This record gives sequence, structure tokens and C-alpha cells, in this order.
Amino acid sequence: MRKFAAEKSKNLLAHRKICAVSLQHPTASVFSSQSHHNPLPQSSILLRFLSSAASNPSAPSESMASDYSSTPIKIDSINPKVLECEYAVRGEIVNLAQKLQEDLKVNPDSHPFDEIIYCNIGNPQSLGQQPITFFREVLALCDHPAILDKGETQGIFSADSIERAFQILDQIPGRATGAYSHSQGIKGLRDTICSGIEARDGFPADPNDIFLTDGASPAVHMMMQLLIRSENDGILCPIPQYPLYSASIALHGGSLVPYYLDEATGWGLEVSDVKKQLETARSKGIDVRALVVINPGNPTGQVLAESNQQQIVDFCKNEGLVLLADEVYQENIYAPDKQFHSFKKVARSMGYGEKDISLVSFQSVSKGYYGECGKRGGYMEVTGFAPEIREQMYKLASVNLCSNISGQILASLVMSPPKVGDESYESYTAERDGILSSLARRAKTLEDALNSLEGVTCNRAEGAMYLFPRISLPNKAIEAAKFVKTAPDAFYARRLLNATGVVVVPGSGFGQVPGTWHFRCTILPQEDRISAIVSRLTDFHKAFMDEYRD
Amino acid sequence: MSKSLDYENLNENVKKCQYAVRGELYLRASELQKEGKKIIFTNVGNPHALGQKPLTFPRQVVALCQAPFLLDDPNVGLLFPADAITKAKHYLSLTSGGLGAYSDSRGLPGVRKEVAEFIERRDGYPSDPELIFLTDGASKGVMQILQSIIRGAHDGILVPVPQYPLYSATISLLGGSLVPYYLEETANWGLDIGSLRQSVAQARSQGITVRAMVIINPGNPTGQCLSEANLKEILNFCYQNNVVLLGDEVYQQNIYQDERPFISSRKVLMDMGPPISKAVELVSFHTVSKGYWGECGQRGGYFEMTNISPKTVEEIYKVASISLSPNVPAQIFMGLMMNPPKPGDISYDQFNRESKGILESLRKRAHIMTDGFNSCRNVVCNFTEGAMYSFPQIRLPPKAIEAAKSAGKVPDVFYCLKLLEATGISTVPGSGFGQKEGYGFPSANHHLACGGGHARDHGQFQEIQRQIHGAVRGLPRVLENVRGEVVKQKKASAAVYCWDFYVTCCKNFITNYC
Repeated sequence: MRKFAAEKSKNLLAHRKICAVSLQHPTASVFSSQSHHNPLPQSSILLRFLSSAASNPSAPSESMASDYSSTPIKIDSINPKVLECEYAVRGEIVNLAQKLQEDLKVNPDSHPFDEIIYCNIGNPQSLGQQPITFFREVLALCDHPAILDKGETQGIFSADSIERAFQILDQIPGRATGAYSHSQGIKGLRDTICSGIEARDGFPADPNDIFLTDGASPAVHMMMQLLIRSENDGILCPIPQYPLYSASIALHGGSLVPYYLDEATGWGLEVSDVKKQLETARSKGIDVRALVVINPGNPTGQVLAESNQQQIVDFCKNEGLVLLADEVYQENIYAPDKQFHSFKKVARSMGYGEKDISLVSFQSVSKGYYGECGKRGGYMEVTGFAPEIREQMYKLASVNLCSNISGQILASLVMSPPKVGDESYESYTAERDGILSSLARRAKTLEDALNSLEGVTCNRAEGAMYLFPRISLPNKAIEAAKFVKTAPDAFYARRLLNATGVVVVPGSGFGQVPGTWHFRCTILPQEDRISAIVSRLTDFHKAFMDEYRD
Repeated sequence: MSKSLDYENLNENVKKCQYAVRGELYLRASELQKEGKKIIFTNVGNPHALGQKPLTFPRQVVALCQAPFLLDDPNVGLLFPADAITKAKHYLSLTSGGLGAYSDSRGLPGVRKEVAEFIERRDGYPSDPELIFLTDGASKGVMQILQSIIRGAHDGILVPVPQYPLYSATISLLGGSLVPYYLEETANWGLDIGSLRQSVAQARSQGITVRAMVIINPGNPTGQCLSEANLKEILNFCYQNNVVLLGDEVYQQNIYQDERPFISSRKVLMDMGPPISKAVELVSFHTVSKGYWGECGQRGGYFEMTNISPKTVEEIYKVASISLSPNVPAQIFMGLMMNPPKPGDISYDQFNRESKGILESLRKRAHIMTDGFNSCRNVVCNFTEGAMYSFPQIRLPPKAIEAAKSAGKVPDVFYCLKLLEATGISTVPGSGFGQKEGYGFPSANHHLACGGGHARDHGQFQEIQRQIHGAVRGLPRVLENVRGEVVKQKKASAAVYCWDFYVTCCKNFITNYC
């Protein structure tokens, strides 16, 4: 099977190469440079009439009713890299879900369910997870510092949140939370983050290595932008992978070089396999620049063993690859026998210093027990880069001025939560542990339920926020999917949504060993909803199998 | 094995990209500051860093949204007015999961509706919330749109010179070509269509397809407000040349004269009627960072698309979705900016007082700065009609240029470094903004743009004013120093050349004087 996978990935590579080459000759540009403003041809006016008559009569404003045949930007004259990139977490299935939700608003009986349950995206607070009170207290005080000095504030806010807000404001020049900061983020907050990293790893961290960003995604984009010069530059990515990577590589015009995680060994990462993929890519003239590792895994949920991480570090060092370590799920560990180790800690423990390996670690406020997605806070810690590269990174960061200050403050808070003895310590740990243990229970319940379904196997979620079950679809279902020109797993996900209101992402959005089918389902719905989801899922799957069983 | 990311094998577009607002001068200034020198950072329009206080009401609302448990606290009324509480509840009801959940990748539908209503009130034409995308500041929006447009080096974007360097930096990052058009300083930084046509013809002769045109109205760093007639010419030009218009309108609240109010490109486009109003593709940008809000740190903004084909809108949506969603607190700031307290609301008087106070003070400062500059020897300055900057021209002897050359510096970088060492004023060299190539010499105009500081009280403002006047008066002295150095080398020729440089006032100013 592994051989097969390698073969397939070769094809995948070759295919990308073809796409990339064809992109080099955007003939469309030749046409657009020639195009002049012509009066509309009769037929297009008719077409416009027909199409506007057919569309929702209440919707179009002036601009919507326009005819676009005379406008310069056509779908075939926009950046082809934009066209090519895909982001499945918010694709077709989610659009359908939004449509169904609208239906339900108009008529609650329009579908066999009364609400849409979004299990497509790691967005915990949208499903009712409560924010950590202490963090929000501090953010509120920083947003409205005018109340800090008022006596009433002490009756409403915890003492340590007030103290922390004062501390943070003192770190901000002019105490101005409404001002652009240093493009890497407020220095004092970076200091705090470094203390947090040091406490986590036992190795020092340097605030000059920290770039605060609007969530982890812009940091990933920035690294891709630095690394990718053309389609001849490759980035090694796990398959299945979080589609941010495939999308970002496509947007920046590079080549994704896949390596497969082994489902049979709990989504294990076999370095010898990665090496094979690297060599294949190199033999095709691809200059492989970096290796992406997502730990804990998304969508696969595995937590890497330290020995495995050591192999990866050595591999990157020997092959001259930048190690891009997506560590945003570092707080989401559910398996009692597993522990998160940052790649930086692993590398330093092996005796590798700053100049031995180029390593980027991504962290986000959106995940963990905090799940503060809407804040768009995050950072990357970059080590092992020459000063002139750092300068270029700083320049890139400065074009966007700075990341949002609330997100920056929150990033510092998650890396330095209340400590023993602080007034909020007990309520904070209770909230944190409540969320994490509940997530662990939800993961287990869903995993067991999925494993009990006919033809479904599901690895345990050791960490992160997702289950990625494999479904053996009957040939009849695959045929039916072909008939409506849909990938079989997307077909399944659509049917699931239409029948139950549960939104999942088809495995094809993440990549999977060809011929296997999966979907990603978050473990985020609140605990009291899980049993309802399980029974809906079970009923649906049974009915689906009854319909299509060979 | 060598490192994967050596400077030599870095993405060339990254290396090419320049971002002048935070470049060499800024780094040198930071160094001097570390050495203990008092530095006046003047590189970014960043009013809160200069001590401008945030408007109270929006901060109250967002604080309540951050800590929704306060809404259930019986004592919440002791700290927050009732209308802030109502507003907070309103915005929380527009979200699913409060400030902690990703929103729709285009922003919260409820906030986009408020934006559309604002645009309709402003322009008198309906606006479709589906064509409004909220972004993490206007910069992100500009990048998203340029990314969709630029396919390669043969795609050109018309950009005004002087310009805000975001445009040059982004175009170069995306591997496109910047096609400059020059604003006419002698016509109050007006936009001359003739010169625009020339720029396009020249670009085309080099095989460049001109795809889009950027206008910054009110101008940054030039401060002019485009007239309705000028906007009509521009739109006609876009129509005839099949060019997308990108309207950077982030300074629309910053108007310091009454003769030429801000008019949106969209209003003018709609006024022109078909076929133009249905053909010209327009993307307009706005932000919470400017105006009397000045909430730079929030990173909130939006863009509105007009006449963009639905398929393209879908693609832009897809790209936005890769970044998941713009930050939610800033979306609420944007909603509040679009829909501020109304007469009769408890907070209206305070809000009105604060916002008027800021605007009037900015207007006063615009006059003071312009007059101050014009009273200096060798300095000419157009009146700051809008935005946050005055942009005087300073005439310098050619010897200074030679001195710069012998120091291996671009003349304006050399000048700014000299200025920094002599006065502690950190500036951005004009070459970062682009400037007209006069008399066959590169980078000739020196400009100095001052935000005037944002004082907490009148006395402090006067103090800042004195400082700025001092700095401006100090300029000729700096020039003398430069001249002195040059004289040592060679006798001056008679010609006088201009350079540009650009200064906005900065935070340490305030920190040093309060």
C-alpha cells in the first residue's frame, strides 16, 4: 500500500508540474491587453436580461444587475494562482450548510433537522465553548483602560486581571492600545511570550525571534512567500494535511511535495518515506525548501513521539530543509500516554543550537483550551536564520504594519496564564481543565460511535480537535457519486448534511491515500449535543449503507 | 549542507519589495534611541501613539463584548452607560460565539449590512452587503485585491507618485509592475489626465498590460481632496482604458476645509449613469485606523466592490476564507464607526464632543503646520486639505546631492540621516514614496509631512507646536550643515534641486513632554 501511495504521489507531483507549466503562459493576458471597449453585443444584452430575470428579484442592487462582459477583470484574467488554490474547510459543503440554515430560518420544518451543527471547522466558541474569564477580563480592561482607576472596577473584575492589565498597558508605548505597534508585535508582550516558551521547553527564547501575527495563518503565508520563488520550489507537506498549506503553496506559485501519514500506525510519520518523496521530487528538478509537520496533527489528531521528532530534526538538518512546525494544538492533548514536545525543545535537547537548524514554530490563540478564533492572535518563533533573512522577514511584516493589539495581548496571556497564588488561578484551572477533559470525553464518545459503524474505522484523537474516520464506501455509492460528478467522500458528506444537518469536511479536501475515503469531524459540539449527533450519524450511516450496500 | 533559506535563494520579489515607512531611517532611529537619544519618530500616521485618546463609546462597547459576563453583573451600570450596554448586546447578537469565534470570512453579515447602510447614506445609492468584505485593516484588503489582479511582471498597476508605500511594496511582492503617474505639486497635487495617458502609453510600449489604477483620496502623503470633476475624468479614463479603479478612501473623515468636501469615487461613478456606471470596476477601501477614530491597533477595515463580476467575487471570497476571518473586535469597531451614537442617545453628547474636538484640532493643526512651513526659508507647502499630513517642499543646493553620492547614499536617505543625527527627527526619505524626476536628477524633492502631534490639553499642544516650529526652523540649519560638508568638496553649481522627504510626528514627542 505504501508503494502505491508513493507511486500516486509521483503522479500528483507530475500533475502539479504540468499545471504549473501551463500557468506560465497565461494567454489571457494577451487578449486583455488588446481588448477595447466595445458596445455590448445583442446576445449578451439578452443574456443579461434572462439572467437577471431569473435571479432573486429582491436581491440585486445597481451593481449586481450589471453586465460584466465589458469589464476588464474576467475570471480567466485574474491571477491563475488564485483560481488554483482550494480551501476545503470552507468550500461547497459549507455553502450548502449556510443555504440550509437560511431555509430553516424561513421555515423550521423545511428539513428533517432543526439546526445545522458545524463540525467542519475548529471554531469552538461558535459551538458554545465559553472563553476563559481571566483572559477576557484583561482584554476588556485593556480595551477600556479609563475604568482601571475606578473603585467600582474592583468590585466587578478580579484583582489579578486589573493588575495584569496595568502591567500590559505599561508595556505598550503611551499605553495606546489603539496605536500600531512594532511590526513584530509589542516588545513587552514578546518578552512575556518568551518566558512562556522557556517555561514550556526549558530552553531560552529570544523576543527578537518572535513575530506576532493575526492568527497563525498569516505567519504561514509569510514563510511561504519567503521560500517560494517559482513552481520549481517544493514544500513537503503531510497528506492528509490542513488545507491552509496546499492553498498557501498554490497562491505563492510553488509545488506541494506530499508525504503520506500511515493510517495503519495511527497516522505515523515514517522519515524514510519522507526521504523517498524528497528524492522523487528532487529527481524531477524540484528544489525542496521546507518540511511542514503538524503536531498534534490536523486533521489526523496524532501526537508525535519524541524519538520520531528527533528523526525529523536530523532529517531536516541533513537535507538542508527549513522545518515548519505547526504547533497550534500544543495544549490539546487527550491521550494520557502522550505529551507535547516542541520541535525547538527537541532540537535543543539534541544539542543543536541556533546555527544548526532553521526552525519555525507556529502558535495560535484560536486553538488550545482557549479557542479564541475571532481574535486572530498568534505568533511564530523563528530560529536559525541569518540576520539578512530576518531583515527580510521584518520588512514583510512591516508592509502590513502590525497585527491587531487585542490578539497580541491574548497571545501573551495564553503563554502566561494565572499562576498558583493568583486570585484567578483556581477559577482559571477549573475552566481550563473543564474544557480539556470535556474535549477528551467528546473525542472518545465520537471515536467509539464511529468505530461501531459498518465499514468505518477511526484512529483515536490523541490531540488537536478532530476525528478523521475512514469510510469504506460501497461501489454503488461510488458509482452514484460519479454520476453526479462528485468525489465519493464529498457525496457522503453532502448526504450526511442533507439528512442530519451535521457539517463535516470530505477527506479529499485534506488529501488521502487514493482509493480511501474519509471525512473530518470536529469534536467541538457541546457535550450535551454529542449523543444526539451520534444517534443522527448512526441512523444516517445505516440508511446510507442500506441504500448503497453492494 | 547549506541552509535552505540563504539570502541568495530567497524569493526575489521579497528582496525587491521596499517598505519605506519602516526602512533604514527607522532602524537607525531605533538604534539612536537605544543609545539614549530623544528621537521624534515621524514615520507612520499613528495618532494614538501621539496621545490622541480613543473615543470613549466604542471602547466601552468593545470592552463589554470582550467580557460579556459583565452584562449580567448588577453593577455593570456603574461603569458603563446604558446605550453602550445595548450596543454591546446588539453586536453580540450578530455573532455566533461572540468575539471568540471566527466570523464569516467576509466579516459578520450584520456589520456588513451596517457598512452598506452607511455607504447608502453617504452616497445616495444603495450598496450590497454581499459585495462588502471586512478586513484586518485596509492594507489586507489592498493586498487581497492586488493578489487577484496581478498575474506577473507584465501586469501593471497605476500608482500615484508620491504614494503610500503599501502599494509599491505589495505590487513588488506579487511580482507585478508599478506604473507611476505623477501628481502635480504646482496644481495642489492635482491629478493630470494627460500625464496619466502618457504613463499608460509608456507602459504599453514596454509590453505592460495596465490592469488597475490606484487613487488615494484624500491624498497620502499629499493631503489633497480630489474634485468631482477630476474624479469624473479619472472614471472616464478607467472606462476608456479598461482599468479597474482602486479607491483608497481611508482619510474620508479627515477633511480640513469646506470648499472641497470628500466625494466617494462610487458616488461620482453612479452619478455618471450608464454605460460608465455599469462598466467601471471599482474597489473602495476604508479603515478604522484613520479619521477621528485613529484606531490603528485594531486592524479593522473593509472594501466594497462595484461592477466586479460575481465569479471574481467568489474567488476573492475563497482567498479570504484561507485566512478564516478578519478579527472580530475590529469588525465591531467598524460597525460602530458606520453607526455611531445618534442625537438623543445617552452617549451622543460625549461622542460628538470628542470626535469634533479631534477633527477641529486636526484642522487647526493643518493650518498651523502649513503656515509654519511656508514661513520658512526655502520651504513651500500646499495646504493640507485632508488626510493627516502636510507635505512641504524644501529646496536644497546640488552640492548636497554630491555629498550624498560620495557617502554612497541616495541623496534623500543621506539628508534624512543628517536630519536625524542633528535634530532627532526620524523621517522617511522621499525616494520611498516616489517623486518626480526633475531636471534629470534622481530623487529631487524633499518633503516633510507633520501630523502635528495629538496633545492631551491645550498647553501641551502649544508645547508640541513650539517643538514642531523649532524642528521646522531647524531645518535650514541642517541644510547649512549639509552645505558645509559639500563646500569642502566642490564649489556649488547654480542649479537648485528639490528633494522629498516625509515626516509625521510621533509618540516620543508626547512621551517626552507629558
